[in-house]
Amino acid sequence: MAKTDPGLYDYFPYLDRPKIVWPGGARLAFWCAPNIEFYELTPPPNPERAAWPRPVPDVLNYAWRDYGNRAGVWRMMETMDRHGVRGSVSLNVALCDHFPDIIAACVERQWELFSHGIYNTRYTYGMDEDQERAMIRDVKATIKKHSGQDLAGWLAPALTNTDNTIRLLAEEGVRYTLDLFHDDQPLPVRVPRGRLISLPYSLEINDFTVLHQGTATPRQYVEMVRAQFDRLYAEGARSGTVLCLPLHPFLIGQPHRIDALGEMLAHITGHAGVWVTTAREIADHFYAHYYDEFAAAIAVWRGGAR
Amino acid sequence: MTLPADYLTYPYRRPGMDHDRYPFSNLFTRKPVQWPGGARVAVWIMPALEFFPLDMTGKPFMAPGGMGRGSPDYWNYTLRDYGNRVGVFRICRALDERGLKASVAVSSRLAERHPFLVDEVTRRGWEVVAHGVDMGRLHHGGQPIEEERGLVREALTTLRKISGQPVTGWLSPAYSESMNTLDLVGAEGVQYVCDWVMDDLPVPLRTAGGEIHALPHAWETSDLQLILNYRHDASEFAKQVCDYFDVLYREAAQVGGRILALSVRPWLMGVPHRIQAFERVLDHVTRHAGVWSATGAEILEAFRAQK
Repeated sequence: MAKTDPGLYDYFPYLDRPKIVWPGGARLAFWCAPNIEFYELTPPPNPERAAWPRPVPDVLNYAWRDYGNRAGVWRMMETMDRHGVRGSVSLNVALCDHFPDIIAACVERQWELFSHGIYNTRYTYGMDEDQERAMIRDVKATIKKHSGQDLAGWLAPALTNTDNTIRLLAEEGVRYTLDLFHDDQPLPVRVPRGRLISLPYSLEINDFTVLHQGTATPRQYVEMVRAQFDRLYAEGARSGTVLCLPLHPFLIGQPHRIDALGEMLAHITGHAGVWVTTAREIADHFYAHYYDEFAAAIAVWRGGAR
Repeated sequence: MTLPADYLTYPYRRPGMDHDRYPFSNLFTRKPVQWPGGARVAVWIMPALEFFPLDMTGKPFMAPGGMGRGSPDYWNYTLRDYGNRVGVFRICRALDERGLKASVAVSSRLAERHPFLVDEVTRRGWEVVAHGVDMGRLHHGGQPIEEERGLVREALTTLRKISGQPVTGWLSPAYSESMNTLDLVGAEGVQYVCDWVMDDLPVPLRTAGGEIHALPHAWETSDLQLILNYRHDASEFAKQVCDYFDVLYREAAQVGGRILALSVRPWLMGVPHRIQAFERVLDHVTRHAGVWSATGAEILEAFRAQK
């Protein structure tokens, strides 16, 4: 049925909110999200979206993505290690089967693995409820098997959703979604059963939207991230904010861009009052200390006015 | 709505790749590569001399730089032709002045139209790389194999005859291949292809007729991506390619030889306002010790000798 609004959250202006204080008195929670992805050479067709811009096999685009797993991701790990930043991995979980070396390197670094679907060439568009639930359970089982971790977060594969996705995530015990871009703080999401929150991911300072779709230079990208950080850091004194840096190894892991990542991380981690953490830890802290307070504050606004 | 059941089955979900052309490999844990003279970075400069026919159809897609306007598209035809008349000689001069060599990708129809351009490559001792028949004759999925075999043979036969070289390198027009391309070019004596940009070192590829290699031709640092697609200006191109070199040079000190691929088209890089940026890149690279200017065939030979 057609809807004019996703119906997933209430209006809640960025004014006079409860004050979030992150662990250690920090005012900004920083998390970094490498998207470690597997794009299939010959994926099955989806009725809503073609997997590749060119006829299959799209050798150029396939090989370019594969560069991320052979070369780019290792450069990212080295740079992130140097700045003491753990990744929260947006993972196409079939990669656990294809490239266990990469998963082992993530687990060894105590990086979090969260879901980005099975493959980045398998979209949720068009799935019925049973199919989507089967996909979610496959993801949970695969991450558990290869890392021992309980799945906590979800960024839909290639950001493709159905009307059921958010409800199913809550039913299956997922704790946070990254597919909603309506805010700079964690917020409760409206679900019929269970609890779910949205965490700020980013399409504004994502290397895919900035470097590729936005055609920015690496130096411009560094300036954008610094500006994003500086403002959220200042505002975090009033109520704690979240800065997410979403990355793709096939983009930021290229030799001509990797030092841009080092500059960004040096700037962010060079400030006091920054909690360098993972998405799961941010969600845990929010649930434990702020979920109820935020839910009550949001309820005051129901109906559109305080 | 429901998707067909096979949308949730994954026949290639297994260790390694989802095809059998090459295995997975971590660039940073391989046996270090040694270049001749102990060089840290092999510099592989690859200008592409491309023929864009006025009547190209854009099927199944238009190669970047193709005829995108109403017919006759003098705008695009002549801008591309400029590269082969004017721009190429700026590129050649920049290389000559610095004692650098190149592997030059050539459309076979361009070689037929202007054999003089092939002579300019061979008289310098540079390498001719096959770049298909022309930019309107793409290799692509769904293409009948006999049609594609005809394109491969026409390109290689023509370029070998005109250049007198064995012509063992291949760059597909628009980097586009079918499932058969590797087998077809391998069967005709091609030793390396430039369309597979998944690495910074040569990667062995399995073909029906035996092993060939993918050489790491640049995509993200090509003029096609940075200038045509991303609209970066020439100085940004130069900065990013210099950064690309600097990181490889740094890595080479730790983990073995690297390859800097400089992928340029005279119709982009050979125009007056960009050529100086290209020269700046060459000056930056040649200022460093431990840089080896080589053709693709020479790089492959050195790589294979270590296996």
